[in-house]
Amino acid sequence: MDFNFTAEQQMLRDTVARYFADHYDFGQRQAMVRSAAGWRPGVWRGLAADIGVLGAPFSEALGGLGGGAIENLVVMEEIGRALVIEPYLDTVVLGGALLRRWNTPRAHELIGQVIAGEARFAFAQLEPGSAYDLADVGTVAAASGGEWRISGLKDAVRGAPFATHLIVTARTDGGRHDRDGVSAFLVTCGAAGVSLREYPTVDGSRAADIRFEGAVGEPIGEAGRGFALLEAAVDEGVAALCAEAVGVMRRLLSDTVEYTKQRRQFDAPIAANQALQHRMVDMYIAVEQAVSMTYMATLKLDRPAQERIRAVAAAKVQVGKALRFVGQGAIQLHGGMGMTNELAISHYFKRATMLESQLGSVDHHAARIEQCDAAN
Amino acid sequence: MQLEFTPEELAFRDQVRAFIADKYPAQVRAKQDAGIELAKDDYLLWHRIVAKQGWSVPGWPVEYGGTGWSATERHIWAEELQRADTAPIIAFSTNLVGPVIYTFGTPEQKARFLPRIVAGDDWWCQGYSEPGAGSDLASLQTRAAREGDHYIVNGQKTWTTLAQHADWGFFLVRTDPSARKQAGISFLLIDMQSPGVTVRPIITLDGAHEVNEVWLEDVKVPVENRVYEENKGWTCAKMLLAHERSGIALVAHSKVALGKLRKLAATVGPPGRRLADDPIFRRKLTEIEVELTALEYTELRFLAAENAGKAPGVEVSMLKIRGTEIHQRMNELALEALGSHASLRVSRATAHELGADAVAVPGAIGVADTYFNMRKLSIFGGSNEIQRNILAKAVLGL
Repeated sequence: MDFNFTAEQQMLRDTVARYFADHYDFGQRQAMVRSAAGWRPGVWRGLAADIGVLGAPFSEALGGLGGGAIENLVVMEEIGRALVIEPYLDTVVLGGALLRRWNTPRAHELIGQVIAGEARFAFAQLEPGSAYDLADVGTVAAASGGEWRISGLKDAVRGAPFATHLIVTARTDGGRHDRDGVSAFLVTCGAAGVSLREYPTVDGSRAADIRFEGAVGEPIGEAGRGFALLEAAVDEGVAALCAEAVGVMRRLLSDTVEYTKQRRQFDAPIAANQALQHRMVDMYIAVEQAVSMTYMATLKLDRPAQERIRAVAAAKVQVGKALRFVGQGAIQLHGGMGMTNELAISHYFKRATMLESQLGSVDHHAARIEQCDAAN
Repeated sequence: MQLEFTPEELAFRDQVRAFIADKYPAQVRAKQDAGIELAKDDYLLWHRIVAKQGWSVPGWPVEYGGTGWSATERHIWAEELQRADTAPIIAFSTNLVGPVIYTFGTPEQKARFLPRIVAGDDWWCQGYSEPGAGSDLASLQTRAAREGDHYIVNGQKTWTTLAQHADWGFFLVRTDPSARKQAGISFLLIDMQSPGVTVRPIITLDGAHEVNEVWLEDVKVPVENRVYEENKGWTCAKMLLAHERSGIALVAHSKVALGKLRKLAATVGPPGRRLADDPIFRRKLTEIEVELTALEYTELRFLAAENAGKAPGVEVSMLKIRGTEIHQRMNELALEALGSHASLRVSRATAHELGADAVAVPGAIGVADTYFNMRKLSIFGGSNEIQRNILAKAVLGL
């Protein structure tokens, strides 16, 4: 049993942290969020070319750094800490997980493009009327002339405006909630039959509602038989989101502690009040529990499906609750300043809030655990 | 990073588990199963079996009887004891006074007291709290006045756990009334048979006799029974705070409680509509199980840090806070599961006289009393509010 990072992992963390410190301070981020493009392609190129971090979880044979889930954890925690919107999760973690498991020459080619920063993915899963159940898919994939044609509507596709490809969950056959018939398809952005309605998100990113009308899709794995693959890849994404959440929450906590030490009322720092101290201690405890669960889930990603699902779902339940508790506490203890758009704290709170539900809410993941109970 | 214990650690766990299964006294287990309060001899019987194996004081230096186990092995041992729901080894002896004596005691004190603690020959109780000195322990008033080779001790201690069984007590007393707070306190070892020592039971809300008042009236204590220097007793008391925290998070205890709770939920309610099938109650179980898992891995993180030579400090207060909160939640849920069925006023001490089948819902015996009794968890050993004060100061720098 060992929860220490290796020297290489520590170095990766330092490298990423330094890169974000140099290129991604809060002022730079806010300028970017307000810009027309809404992101900075140069940052993504830098992550690929300058520090090579987009290869973190891929084998050296494929051109990666030879890491895995723990390397993703390290990068995602720093992404959370710096409030980075670039699509590492959807591209490297979730997309990477699908491609690694697909493991064909075509998959390796795409992995090469990911590592080089040329391919960026967005995960098109939610549909109007659906939630986080990956089997709840109305979007259709129909075989036609040796190709798969995707039709349907996906909404709230985070990062779609920056993506080169969409990872679309679609159904080749079966009923609306059947696992059989579901798989992921890769659709090129800008292809015929793909139309995006773009909008900004509350947490500084961009997203789109996407209509597919017979767009050509490339099945990742066997078309219609990809549920298990998809679920495993999304679980890797959930674990990575937990790591991002840890980074966000560490910052929410440390900013709050600092603020309460500086802010004086009644001739004393407000941090001298026990009611505030105990609230911050409870926030600290919540963060540490979230850290523990994130490590646990990350280290169990390669376990048999039931064990993996239990671990990942439990982590998201714990982390989801912590996000709300720590986020709301941070705003409350900042008082009126927490309500302004000026301080970083409110932007961390907004990201924390959206992280709660990304790839599945607390209730969704609690229900997954109960499904495992029932299956035993 | 990796989650697994090493093969050696797993083999150790199997060895420990087999030892407990093999050697735990059947008559003690039978009493526990019947809900009969354990007697002093029951505790000591088990202590002596463990001592014979050489495992009664694992955390001590080897020269005084310790096992030389790693932090992980000590953790595994503590977990297995909880998992098997054994009668506790008396912590006041092995985890509290023992370490003070081997750290601060004279060679004579070590030779006289340590082997008897290891062997389970003496039962120790802790004379710290007073009616006016709880969380603010250093405000204690019990007075020890020097007269030649003796101290004359007068005062009142309270919440003294199982003092009715104790042969010896370790007491914090004021030897310099003019000094401020911590400065005038000494650490005395007092023979509980000494004239002037009176132990009076305090019956707690669950009807149990677990704690006591200890009155000290002109009790003569030889100066040789003072540990460390006069007026430096606070140093000994503080040292205890940092000692042996294995098992403090009660993770294995709570796992056992959760298992019982799930079984209970599967029996409550009519067939086909058991409480275990109720989505609202099931969600409560899911949530507490998740929180317990988070605590379990937090404890393992601390353990891994300790193995890597980075012994955690006061951060472990977090384990006490969460461990007690989670355990109390289990007690709460058991009570919720039974509701009015748990209202029977049968103390644990007398439940066995009714006989299990005399009660309409057998699982209900003791559930309410356990709930009441376990409210102590967040109060004793430094209340959870005090633990939060400690974390605020030491970890957050507030």
